[in-house]
Amino acid sequence: MYVAVKGGEKAIDAAHAWLAERRRGAKEVPELSIAQIREQMTLAVNRVMAEGSLFDPDLAALAIKQARGDLIEAVFLIRAYRTTLPRFGYTLLVETAKMDCIRRISATFKDAPGGQVLGPTFDYTHRLLDFKLAAEGSLPDAPKAEPHIGPVPHITEFLNKEDLIQQEPANDKEPRDLTREPLDLPADRALRLQSLTRGDEGFVLGMAYSTQRGYGRNHAFVGELRIGTCAVEMEIPELGFAIEIGEVELTECETVNQFTGSKTEPPQFTRGYGLVFGQTERKAISMALVDRALRWKELGEENVGAPAQDEEFVLYHADNIQATGFLEHIKLPHYVDFQSELELVRKMRAEAMGTMQEAAE
Amino acid sequence: MQVSALEGGFSDAPVQAARAFRAAMSAMARPGTIETVTDATPPAPLSVAAGVLALTLLDPETPVYLAGALDCPQVREWITFHTGAPIAGRSTCAFALGRWADLVPLPGYRIGTSSYPDRSATLIAEVDLLEPSGTTLSGPGIMGVSVLSLPETETIQANHAQFPLGVDFFLTCGDRLAGLPRSTKVEAL
Amino acid sequence: MSDYNFAYLDEQTKRMIRRAILKGLAVPGYQVPFASREMPMPYGWGTGGVQVSAAVLVPEDVMKVIDQGADDTTNAVSIRKFFEKTAGVATTEHTRDADVIQTRHRIPEEPLREDQILVYQVPIPEPLRFLEPRETETRKMHALEEYGLMHVKLYEDISRHGAISTAYAYPVKVEGRYVMDPSPIPKFDNPKLEMAAVQLFGAGREQRIYALPPYTQVVSLDFEDFPFEASKADHACDLCGCNTSYLDEVIMDDAGGRMFVCSDTDFCRERRAAGHVGAQGAPYEEDAA
Repeated sequence: MYVAVKGGEKAIDAAHAWLAERRRGAKEVPELSIAQIREQMTLAVNRVMAEGSLFDPDLAALAIKQARGDLIEAVFLIRAYRTTLPRFGYTLLVETAKMDCIRRISATFKDAPGGQVLGPTFDYTHRLLDFKLAAEGSLPDAPKAEPHIGPVPHITEFLNKEDLIQQEPANDKEPRDLTREPLDLPADRALRLQSLTRGDEGFVLGMAYSTQRGYGRNHAFVGELRIGTCAVEMEIPELGFAIEIGEVELTECETVNQFTGSKTEPPQFTRGYGLVFGQTERKAISMALVDRALRWKELGEENVGAPAQDEEFVLYHADNIQATGFLEHIKLPHYVDFQSELELVRKMRAEAMGTMQEAAE
Repeated sequence: MQVSALEGGFSDAPVQAARAFRAAMSAMARPGTIETVTDATPPAPLSVAAGVLALTLLDPETPVYLAGALDCPQVREWITFHTGAPIAGRSTCAFALGRWADLVPLPGYRIGTSSYPDRSATLIAEVDLLEPSGTTLSGPGIMGVSVLSLPETETIQANHAQFPLGVDFFLTCGDRLAGLPRSTKVEAL
Repeated sequence: MSDYNFAYLDEQTKRMIRRAILKGLAVPGYQVPFASREMPMPYGWGTGGVQVSAAVLVPEDVMKVIDQGADDTTNAVSIRKFFEKTAGVATTEHTRDADVIQTRHRIPEEPLREDQILVYQVPIPEPLRFLEPRETETRKMHALEEYGLMHVKLYEDISRHGAISTAYAYPVKVEGRYVMDPSPIPKFDNPKLEMAAVQLFGAGREQRIYALPPYTQVVSLDFEDFPFEASKADHACDLCGCNTSYLDEVIMDDAGGRMFVCSDTDFCRERRAAGHVGAQGAPYEEDAA
C-alpha cells in the first residue's frame, strides 16, 4: 500500500539545522568573526557590496559568513535586505574628481598631475602561492610616502580641454531608478550604467572580453583608473544646505576609445565609463568597455550584431540574482508538467507505432 | 464641521489599506457589484469612498487631477498630506477625482498606448446615485449580465470602443463604490 | 519577522502592485509591467505570486498554498510559513475553506467560488517568448494583435507529430484579444480558467502582473481540424478511484511497477474521507496520509 510522502515542514527544518552545522565547520577551528571577513576578505566584501547595491562592509561580511562564502548567495541576502530599507532621500552627486585616491593609474599618459599611484595592487605580483601565509606571522609595515596634496584631476579632462574627446555635458535630468521601476527598453545610459554596476562580475567581464576579441570592438585604452574614498553629501531640507553623511570607497574607470568623426565634425575620441563600490577594478574596467559597446547608437556606429552591443541581451541577463534564481528553480518539483509531457509522448508514440505497423502490413 | 488636513486618514494603514484594496479589487473585477468601505473621514465634498480609494491607491508616484468642486484647498491639502500625490492636470494624471459632470468629457486623459494600455488614467467619479439597477452591463467579471445605475452611457460606450485602450472608472457615492473597467460593455439606452 | 510590515512589503510597494492588479483586471490577459522587488526567496521560486498575494491579503483571510497540486511540497510549505509569519493569516489545506489560494502549476479540482482568489506563480509570462526572445518584439506583436507566429508553431507541431506538442503552459486567447500564458499548468486545467474566482498572475523576475476577472472568456488556441483536447493519463486514481482528476505518476519499484494518484492532495483526501477507495488504496483513516 502506498502512503503519500508527508512531513515537508520537518524535512525543511532538519535541512536548515544541518546547513547551520556545515556552515560552522569543525568546531575545534575558531569561528570567523565579521571583522575578520571585513578586514581580510575585503575584495569579496567589495564584490558583495557592488552587486548587492548596498555600501555596508559589515553587513556584506555578515552575508558572506551566512552564505558560507558563496558570494552570489551573499549578494542575494544583501539585496533582499536592501529592498526593505526606507528611502530618506537622495544624496548629491559624488565628486570623483575630489576622490582621496589610494590608487590612480593611466595607460594613456606616462605622467600627469597627481602622478601614477600603484596602490595596493596584485598587478606585478608573481602568482606564486605564498606558503608563509599558511603560517600565522607578523607583517612588517609597508613603506610610507608623503601623501599627495592637492587635486587629482581626471585624465580625460586634459583631452577635454583640447576638444579631443567627446563631451559629456552635465544634465539635471532625474535618472530613472532600476530598483523602483520595471525595466523598460530602450534604456538610457544612466539606466544601463545602473544595471552594469550591480551586474554579475563574471557576466560583465565576459561581455567586455568579447568586445576585445572583436565582437563589437571599440579599441579601449584605460584613460584612467582610480580607487579611493569620496565624501557622500546630502541636502537636508530642514537645514537648507548639504552636509557630509559619510564616505564610500569607489573604483572609477574611464576608457578612451576609438574616435568618431564625420564631414561636419572633426575626429574625436569617445569614452566608456565604469563606477563600482569598493576596490573592484576588474569590474570597473569591464563595465567601461561594455558601456562603450552599448553606446553604438548614440555615437552613430554600426550595430555589428555583437552580444555586447545588444542592450536587451545585456540588461536582461547581467543580474546574477535573477539568473541564479531562475536557473536553480528547475530543481523544484515539475511533476505536473513532466506528467503532461510524458502522457503526450506516450500517446504520440502509440499513434506513430500504430501507423508504422499499418504501413508494414 | 471643518476637518483638518491632518485628520481623517487611516489609523492603521497596512491593514485598512489592505481591506480597502480588497473592496476596490472586487469592484473592478466584478462590474455591477457595489462595495462598502470605511476607515476614512475625508473633508467635504470628498465622499468617504473616494477618500478611501485615494488613501489606498495614491502616492508620490501618481499625479492626481482634482476636478470641479473637489479642486478646493481642503481636499487638495488632505490629499497632499495623506498621499503625497502631486496635483496635476487631466492630461498627465494617473488618477482623477471629481463629480462625473466635472470629469467628462474624456478626451484629454491618458488612455494608454497600444504597447502599454496600462498607462492610462483611473477616474474616481462621484455620483448622486449608486445602486444595482438601471443600465445593463456585460463583459469580463460578469456572469451573463449585471445592472448598475450609471450617470450616462454614451461616454462609457465610447471609452469601451477604444479597448484595449481607455480609462477605467470607480463610481463613488457616500461610503459605496463600484468599478467600471474599459472592458465593460454597456447597453445603449 | 516582527520588524517587517504587514505581509512583508512596505506600503508603497503594495500600492504599486495594487495599481498594477487593477489595470490587469481592466485589460484581461495583458501583462502589466511592475517594479518587482527582491524578495527573501529566489526569483523563479514564486516571488511574483508572493508579491501579488502580499498585496491582496487581509488579516482575516485564510490562505492555502499548493505546488503541483499538493499542500505538502517543500516550496508550498515554505511560502505558507512565510505568510503565517509576516501576515499572521490562518492557513488551511482545504480548498473550500481558503479565501486566497497561491498555486504553482495547478488549478484545484474543486470549482472555486466567487469569493475566492487564485494567485498563480508565473516563471515566463510571455506566451510568445519561446518563439521570439526579444521583449521589444513580443510587445509589438501584442500591440498589433499579431499572433500568426503562434499559430504557425502549433501547426508545425501537427505536421511533425500529428498533434500539438504543447502539454503545459498551453496558450489561450482572452476575450478574443490577448494571447496569454496560463502559467505552466497542464493543458488538462485550461478549461477551468473560465471560473467564478478572480485569477491573478504574478511573474517576479520578469516584472509582470496579469489577471482574469471572473467568467472572463478564455479559449485555448486550436484549429478546426485539430480541436483543443484537455487530456490526462488514462487511469483512475489508485488511492481514491477518481477518474476525472489530474494524476501524478509514482514509480513503485525498479520492475516497472507504478501507480497513479491525484495531484490535488486535498481533493484526494476528501474523496477518501467520503469513503471512495481506489485500486491500491486502503480505507481512509484520519491522519493516515
